[in-house]
Amino acid sequence: MAETLFKPGHTACAGCGQAIAARLVIDAAGKNTIIANNTGCLEVFSTKYPESAWCVPWIHSLFENCSAVASGVESGLKFLGKKEGVNVIAQAGDGGTADIGLQALSGMLERGHDVLFVCYDNEAYMNTGIQRSGLTPTTSNTTTTPTGSASFGNPRPKKPMPDIAAAHGIPYAATASVGYPQDIQKKVKKALGIKGPKYLQIHVPCPLGWRHESSLTPEVAKLAVETGLYPIFEYENGQLIPRKIATLKPVEEYLKLQGRFKHLLKDPKALKEIQAVADYNVKKYGLSA
Amino acid sequence: MIGHLTSKPGSSRANKTGSWRTEAKPKFLKKNCIACRMCVYICPEGIISGEGKNTFTCDLDYCKGCGSCAAICPKKDIEMIPEVEGQ
Repeated sequence: MAETLFKPGHTACAGCGQAIAARLVIDAAGKNTIIANNTGCLEVFSTKYPESAWCVPWIHSLFENCSAVASGVESGLKFLGKKEGVNVIAQAGDGGTADIGLQALSGMLERGHDVLFVCYDNEAYMNTGIQRSGLTPTTSNTTTTPTGSASFGNPRPKKPMPDIAAAHGIPYAATASVGYPQDIQKKVKKALGIKGPKYLQIHVPCPLGWRHESSLTPEVAKLAVETGLYPIFEYENGQLIPRKIATLKPVEEYLKLQGRFKHLLKDPKALKEIQAVADYNVKKYGLSA
Repeated sequence: MIGHLTSKPGSSRANKTGSWRTEAKPKFLKKNCIACRMCVYICPEGIISGEGKNTFTCDLDYCKGCGSCAAICPKKDIEMIPEVEGQ
């Protein structure tokens, strides 16, 4: 069996993007790591009582406060003089980051704790049945924003969480994608080499919630990046460093693989609006090569 | 008050998720493998291992048959073959 700190036997769905990202993150961080984990898919599928997939100290907090728990762990280690060489990671899904856990996260960033926060962004509350979150993209079909005669899916835009994190003046905020696994590990290592609060948001496809084939997880993730709908960039001390896209693809290529966007394909006006979101990202983050 | 709960590290291994497979399982053809390790990176179960070209294998005790390894392989050296009961 491959050497990893995140063992199999966890109960993630087949093709789960979050399971891929969680393993990549902990394997890049290494065994001298303590994790505080918000409630969410990852917590549920990796720690089915009395089992655990983790091979590092791991604490389940409430839905909202892994950042506060991680702050306490970091402060405790500092007080005991044991912080040197120990990484503290707080991690959550998109709901636990952008909605329910935002206050605790903001506090942690503001107080300057030496913690890496990882947001696994699968763009809805998947664990409880695909309810919309603050990071659900516009027009996405979820169980709380269903499509039909009176609704066209999620009416609100995706919350710019990495920019919100970066606005706290932290030394490092970045996005990554399961479509580029080596890039995730590079960014985790880079972030852990920086003192202070760090924020990393990873795009993780959810075959069940996004309604695509389980084998398409890597392709869907890549297409989100290549269409400009999921910009990959870093803020190093506020300085924007984008991952350039060699050939920008039309958004249809990303949307057509997923059932949650099926209603858009027959509507040229809606497609134009989504293309405008991608174009805005390309301009805002300087993604053109 | 309930005290802290602890669990053995990696004890999820008791849970053989290979029984979840219903349709297909990966077959490593071991012909054109260039050891790029993309299958190792992308496997959601973290159960693909190998050291050099054409040596990679997957632990079918845990494989859920998602097919991501076959999809990402740049050399098409992993094939999803039908799952046959009892094998």
